[in-house]
Amino acid sequence: MMTGNTALQSETHRLTSWEDLHALQQQIIEAHDPNQSRIVVCHGTGCMANGSAKITRAFQEALEASNIEAKVMPGIKTTGCQGLCAHGPLVQINPQGLFYSRVKPSDVEEIIQKTIVEKKPIERLLYKDPDTGEAHHTEADIPFYKLQHRLILKNIGKIDPTDIHDKITAGGYQALAKALFTMTPEEVVAEIEKSGLRGRGGAGFPAGRKWRGALAAVKKKGGPVYVVVNGDEGDPGAFMDGSIMDGDPHAVLEGLIIGAYALGAEKGYLYVRAEYPLAIKHLDLAMQQAREYGLLGENILNTGFSFDAQINRGAGAFVCGESTALFTSIEGKPGNPRPKYVRSVEEGLWGKPTVLNNVETWANVPLIIEKGADWYSSIGVPHSTGTKVFCLVGKVKNVGLVEVPMGTSLSTIVEKIGGGVPSGKPFKAVQTGGPSGGCLPYESRDLPVDFDSLTKAGSMMGSGAMIVMDEHDCVVDVARYFLRFLEEESCGKCLPCRLGLTRMREILDNFSHGIGSEKDIEDLQSLSKAVQDGALCALGTSAPNPCLTTLKFFKDEYVAHVRDQKCPAGVCKDLITYYIDPDACTGCRTCAKQCPQECITGEKKKPHVIDADNCIRCGICMETCKFGAVLVQ
Amino acid sequence: MLQQAEILESVLERYPSKPEYLIFMLQDIQADCGYIAPESMEIICEHANVPITQGYSVATFYQSFRLEPQGEHEIKVCLGTACHLKGGERLVENLERKLDIHRGETTEDMMFTLNTVNCLGACAMAPVAVVDDEYISSTTPAKLDKSLKAAQQQ
Repeated sequence: MMTGNTALQSETHRLTSWEDLHALQQQIIEAHDPNQSRIVVCHGTGCMANGSAKITRAFQEALEASNIEAKVMPGIKTTGCQGLCAHGPLVQINPQGLFYSRVKPSDVEEIIQKTIVEKKPIERLLYKDPDTGEAHHTEADIPFYKLQHRLILKNIGKIDPTDIHDKITAGGYQALAKALFTMTPEEVVAEIEKSGLRGRGGAGFPAGRKWRGALAAVKKKGGPVYVVVNGDEGDPGAFMDGSIMDGDPHAVLEGLIIGAYALGAEKGYLYVRAEYPLAIKHLDLAMQQAREYGLLGENILNTGFSFDAQINRGAGAFVCGESTALFTSIEGKPGNPRPKYVRSVEEGLWGKPTVLNNVETWANVPLIIEKGADWYSSIGVPHSTGTKVFCLVGKVKNVGLVEVPMGTSLSTIVEKIGGGVPSGKPFKAVQTGGPSGGCLPYESRDLPVDFDSLTKAGSMMGSGAMIVMDEHDCVVDVARYFLRFLEEESCGKCLPCRLGLTRMREILDNFSHGIGSEKDIEDLQSLSKAVQDGALCALGTSAPNPCLTTLKFFKDEYVAHVRDQKCPAGVCKDLITYYIDPDACTGCRTCAKQCPQECITGEKKKPHVIDADNCIRCGICMETCKFGAVLVQ
Repeated sequence: MLQQAEILESVLERYPSKPEYLIFMLQDIQADCGYIAPESMEIICEHANVPITQGYSVATFYQSFRLEPQGEHEIKVCLGTACHLKGGERLVENLERKLDIHRGETTEDMMFTLNTVNCLGACAMAPVAVVDDEYISSTTPAKLDKSLKAAQQQ
């Protein structure tokens, strides 16, 4: 959505050379007055859920109704996720770069009058440091951004993902042109190999080696070869791939086209999770626009190289993030994985050599080609190069999208960038890698976050979800949550996963009811090992990770459940009792009115009591009490 | 709303007669009709050139497919990790009690269908629920009550 410079929109023509691309870039830049005000509204999932579309509409209506001169009329731009979701809806005003947080539709008039017309900041809307209360004017001043190294996220939140011109202005497709006009396919593969880029989807397999393997397979057995984007980001608590696809779809597409050129592929697939309708829409639009400019499809940039791609929407199956399951799904079948005696680079989609990389991996490719492998590998640590995008969620102040060099310490990410736990206490644990990852305790806070260090600690990088827990989160409950999730998502093909996970979950269910013995804890441990060794695909082999890591670092809490019938975090329903603190209760009756069991009684304006025998521990009273008078033991 | 037959026809027109388009067609028919009726399934499988067993195998494997008509309003409660930690499960239990159905079911008057999802990617707003297309952030039972009432009055 651009209401600014639309003059160029109708002049789409096929680009036939690198000079053409440069000329278009120049033309777009020159057509835009750098002093013109721009209102940039975040339309990432988080801000959208908080009503940012209403704010955009309010701006449009207010501007239409206003009598601002055409010369100073601001443009409105909507972007992908700007990162600091916890403080959304976010609005930035350019060219000053003013950063407004928690904007409401009722603020719109004032922003137009004060900031656009009078060019003054509105103190009330500026982001304020939660600890010091200090107001920061621009993104660059805010510690959350200052401590990051945003390469993949550089354009997200800056460009309009639905407008290819914005991307071209930001240097989009320059890497593709560089590859096509100055490099041989072999040189592209060599560059990726040299960069040390590892797959961002979980296991961290070197991308260059994968590409090399596919080339060898083509040589041995013949083509065609396919390139596939894995956008089936199913880890609960992870939304970085979704944000990349809907915030900078051309980055993924450009990476894929470069990969296709390097590998000699003519056809590519983007497998995107159905829960990301915005990503699908923006990718689809990006592909249409790229085709119109001759950057995708027949005879790309007049070089004789042809490549096209299609989007496959996932249909809701976590296992389809696994490579072989994803291929069977593209083929129109249930997504059952197959044993990987033959690697998918040799026999992947339709039984042909296939390179499947995750969204973030593909988005790294243009960066490497543009700036070179040496530059790329200077970022991060020797065996994990480049940056990694994380979703920082859970009990942390600055919930949002974070990008740091590989090897950054856990505490820098969670405490410095994330601002730590809202209560100000130290975090209890951080779950990295989603359901297949592990739980790291506070004691691991100095751990460098890279592929090998995480694996050594018993966790994994996974796709990059980072879930922060505090003392009110129970590790038995979390392990049980992930197991239940994987049990449901298990395709059921192999026995260790199908029955092993069920049995493990049953043991944990018992623990949460206070049933079990220390012998059961040992059984859980040995069963975990059996599933790890015996399951067919990575869903099964990694499923015990949350269980094993919590057992390793928080065994006391397991013992408390089975020996003392206590849930120290106050989560497991059967082991807790809600009660009202008579000193804090004001007798306002809000909880009593909400209680589905009607088991909270007392006189108005006097302390109330909960009848523990009738209480079903739904927790509604605790949630509704404004005075913190409902407690749990 | 278009008639089922017309919808079906337009879906078939969009895709070549190949097995790899089975999932596409099922997704499209569901998007327009809300669920996949047995007659639609039969015609789509015929068009995709696959046995009807494969159609059902696909439709029951993937979570997003529905073989029963859905309620007028859909409530989706997110049970992603962040939402779980912040009480998403309590929200579902509360709705199950209130609507007298289990997750995945539809109320008898066909008004509400209660579904859970594994992550909507709006973790900053946890716990999140979606009523039709309206997101509710930092959801509480009281907020949900309000939006259910609003949906019902539409």
